[in-house]
This record gives sequence, C-alpha cells and structure tokens, in this order.
Amino acid sequence: MTKLSRLVVLGLLTFSIPAAWAEDAPASAAATAQTAAPAAAEPAAADAAAAPTEPQLIGTDKINSGDTAWMLTSTALVLMMTIPGLALFYGGMVRKKNVLATLMQSFAITCVVTILWWLIGYSWAFTPGSAYLGGATRAFMNGMTIMKDANKITVSHLALTIPETVYAMFQLTFAIITPALIAGAFADRMKFSAMLVFMSLWSLLVYCPIAHWVWEPSGWLAVKGVLDYAGGTVVHINAGIAGLASCLVLGKRIGYGKEPMPPHNLTLTLIGASLLWVGWFGFNAGSAVAADGRAGMAMAATQIATAAAAMGWMFAEWIVKGKPSVLGIASGAVAGLVAITPASGFVGPTPAVIIGIAAGVICFFAATSLKSAMGYDDSLDAFGVHCIGGIIGALLTGVFASKEISGADGSVVTQLWGVGTTLIYGFVMSFIILKVIDMTIGLRVTEEQEREGLDISLHGEKVE
Amino acid sequence: MKLITAIVKPFKLDDVRKAISDVGVQGVTVTEVRGFGRQRGHTEIYRGAEYNVEFVPKTKIEVAVADTLADQVIEAIVNSAKTGKVGDGKIFVVDLAQVVRIRTNERDANAL
Repeated sequence: MTKLSRLVVLGLLTFSIPAAWAEDAPASAAATAQTAAPAAAEPAAADAAAAPTEPQLIGTDKINSGDTAWMLTSTALVLMMTIPGLALFYGGMVRKKNVLATLMQSFAITCVVTILWWLIGYSWAFTPGSAYLGGATRAFMNGMTIMKDANKITVSHLALTIPETVYAMFQLTFAIITPALIAGAFADRMKFSAMLVFMSLWSLLVYCPIAHWVWEPSGWLAVKGVLDYAGGTVVHINAGIAGLASCLVLGKRIGYGKEPMPPHNLTLTLIGASLLWVGWFGFNAGSAVAADGRAGMAMAATQIATAAAAMGWMFAEWIVKGKPSVLGIASGAVAGLVAITPASGFVGPTPAVIIGIAAGVICFFAATSLKSAMGYDDSLDAFGVHCIGGIIGALLTGVFASKEISGADGSVVTQLWGVGTTLIYGFVMSFIILKVIDMTIGLRVTEEQEREGLDISLHGEKVE
Repeated sequence: MKLITAIVKPFKLDDVRKAISDVGVQGVTVTEVRGFGRQRGHTEIYRGAEYNVEFVPKTKIEVAVADTLADQVIEAIVNSAKTGKVGDGKIFVVDLAQVVRIRTNERDANAL
C-alpha cells in the first residue's frame, strides 16, 4: 500500500513539475498561441505567404500522397527498430536468465511512451510554446483532426504535406526508441516498476524538452542553428548520457569483472542489428518528411556510413584482439547508424564514409578500453555506442554539412552547443530522476532476484 | 566383467560407436560432459571482455563388457577416437561387481 502511494506521488510530480516550469518560462508566446490557435487556423490557411508556425487546418488537396505514403512506411520502419529490432539486439547480449526481462523493457516502453505522447508529449515537443517547452494545445492530441465533409485536415507546421496524425506517429516512434536505448546501460538489475516510472518521467522531462529545443523552430537550440537531421543529439547523445547516469546510480552488476557474463545468443543480436539497420532508413530518410531527393541522399549516406563503420570496428577488433567477431561487426554497424543520424540529409556519400570509419573505430575503443579504464558497468554499451557515436556524428555534421544538399551551413561551434547542452541537461536530469526513484520506491532488484535472474524473479517466466 | 568409461572428442562418437559394435558390443550409454585435461580451455572475447572457458565439451561413453572382450573394446576405442592431438581423451576401466537386466531379472553374463 505504501509502495502504491509512493508511485502515485511520483506520478503527480511528473505532471506538476513541468507544468509549473512551463509557466515560469517566458510564457507569453505560449499563452497567446494557446488562445489564438483555433481562431488563427482559418486565416492562416488562406494566407499562404506567411510561413506557418503552429499546427493548422488546411485543405485536404494540399496533402501530398507520395510524401504521406513514405512517411506511413517510415513510421512502421522506425517502430520496427524498437520492437523487435532493439529488443532482440539487447536480448541476445544478456545472460539467458534475463532475456525476457530485456525484451519486456523495450515492449513496455513502447506502450508507456505511446500513451504519454498522446497525453502531452507530442504537444510539449512539437507545438510552439516558449523556447524551452512546447505548449499544451495538443494535449490529448486535442484538435488533431480530419474533417471529411469540409475537406479540411490538420498538418504540423514542421510537415506541411502530410497529415498531422502521420507526423505525430512518426515522431512518436523516435520518442519510443530513445528511452528504450537507455535500457542497455542498466540491463540485468533495475526493478521493472522503477523502470516504468523512470522512463515515464524521463520521456516527459528530458526527451520532450530536448526534442523541442532542437527540432521545433521556436526551440532555443534550433534558433541557434544547431543541426540534427534525424536525432544524433536528441535521440542518441541523450539516451547515451542517460545510460551513463543510470549505470552510475545503479552500480555494477553482481559479479561484474569476476564472473563471466557472455552474451547468451548472438544470433538474436545479429537479427536485431539487421532490423535496426533496415529500420534506420525510416529513421534517417524519413526525417526528410517527404519522398524527395534529400530523403534519397539521407538513405545513401546511411547505407554507406553503416557499412564503413561495421568494417571499421571489425578490422580494429581483428588487429587489436585477433579475431573479427559477430558482435563486433554488429556493434560497428549500430555505431555507424548512430553517427550518420545527425549528418544524413546534410552530407554526401564521401563524408558518410569518413563519419562511418571514425564511428566504428572510436566506438570500438569506447566500448572496450574506455569502459574498462573508467570502471562503470554500461552493460550493453548504450553510452559507449550511442553517446560517443552521437557526439562524433554531431560534430562531424558541423564539419561536413553541405549547403548544396541542405541549404544549411554547418559550424562545429554551434554543434558543440547542442552536444554540450544535451550532455549536461540529460545527465543532470537523469541523475536526479533516478535518485528520487531510488529514495522512494527503490531502483534496484534485491541480490537474490539479480542472481536468480530477472525473468523468473520479476516476470515469473523463463526461457529454456 | 569390466565397466569401460571413455571420454572422447564429441565428433568422434560415431566412429567409436561403429568400432565397438564391430567387435561385438551390444549397448552403450552416452553422455555430454565438460571437463579439462592437458588441452585446457579456450578464450572468448565479447566487446573486449575476455572470458576463459575452462571446461571443454566432451562425450562420455560407458560400456559394460565381459572380461574376454575388454581388451578388444579398449583397442577399438583407442583406434577410432585417436587424432594424435592433445585432447583426444581418456579411458578408465574398473571391475564390475554385478549386472542386472531389469526386464527379465537376468544376472551378470546373461544380462550383458
């Protein structure tokens, strides 16, 4: 009963803190946007000259069927990255006694984040508000609609040629995979209940604000000119640094460094990595939010960088450790996918090769040498691959961004703003959330549960 | 009567089975086991973390035979399981006090 009441208190905190924060922030813009939105929708649609700054109603004839078809497809591809892609990638890497718990984390996060996205997440991330958080105009996805008889439909101001529903679902799949990535860092030892609370709070207090800062045109990092095509900063650095915070707060797995903890089934891991690779076409080429030339270039850069990174990791491992491993080539591919994420859409094929090789080789050393030198137990290398790979990609985007391809000039200094802000905000917020959970409902399973394995102790099931 | 226990490389099992059938053995018991001898284990590396696998998979074959057949069976196992490299395995031979066939309650030589 006390546990339950603590959960309720935490849940209430979730909603009260950010609400207060949104009001404290320079809120005049948010307030006017909220009141003006319904009235402004009609004139804005008529006045095509002014660039829209908020979701609005337009005629259904303005919807582009090619763009819409590709974005529906991309949404399915990115959802496939988490379930089953990431679930299998991580599931194969843990010991057999924890495989179901690991699969369960990805699946449950998919469900929880979806509901939060409907509740307020989409609105906080992708509607105009202050420079620090979106407004509440799309709470409960209120106002997102299609009017059949009037031939009207709402679109996001970030994607004018596809239905707003498609854009909201596409962005939802990003909001799902980001917290799911964190789970790699704390595999094998977090309570399921604590994981649910952590992911809920993290999604609303960390992911939504950062997505708003970088991607919503009124966000302060977007105004600064930070380039993040598909989420190197918002998704990967963000998830990676939260991973580091969580493995530091939780501590090492029992027996880490003393008992062997080899992956129990690398077949699952390779299948998972392959699904991630395929799904990433939706992630990167889908971030064009159109079926156009930039989507094509993003796809080419993604494929080429991934291959280069997989070979980079494989050869680095072959030279240093003596054998080219299956886990190595799969990890290298994921590192390359991560690093090309912010750059795809801004760079051509040759920079993609360079970004790929850099990611493959550097992430290899991050996941092997850096981790053992620093002594943290980032179980499945969420930090070593996603944070380090994300930083490499974000900075090299500043170096290689092509005005010809994207119309945007890159700057390493501007990119550093995005990287630094995400690292600091992400780490501090994640750390605080985890500490609060640890002090209230407790974060870690008991020693017996951990030894027995989370499958049996948390879920009452097991794999033979 | 003797109980012959042979520890052999797993991929040699079929050769051994054929060889001892040829000298007249009527039945064997086979178990998958792990252990170490002079072959030691091997090393596995996952993202830089090295694990020494101390125990090597082997196959244990147990066969009970009459004293007259024992030497032939031992020789058949040695010839069929031998590769000449470290890790070929071992054969242990012990005297057997009694044998019972459960279906008929026959004893000793009749039960073999």
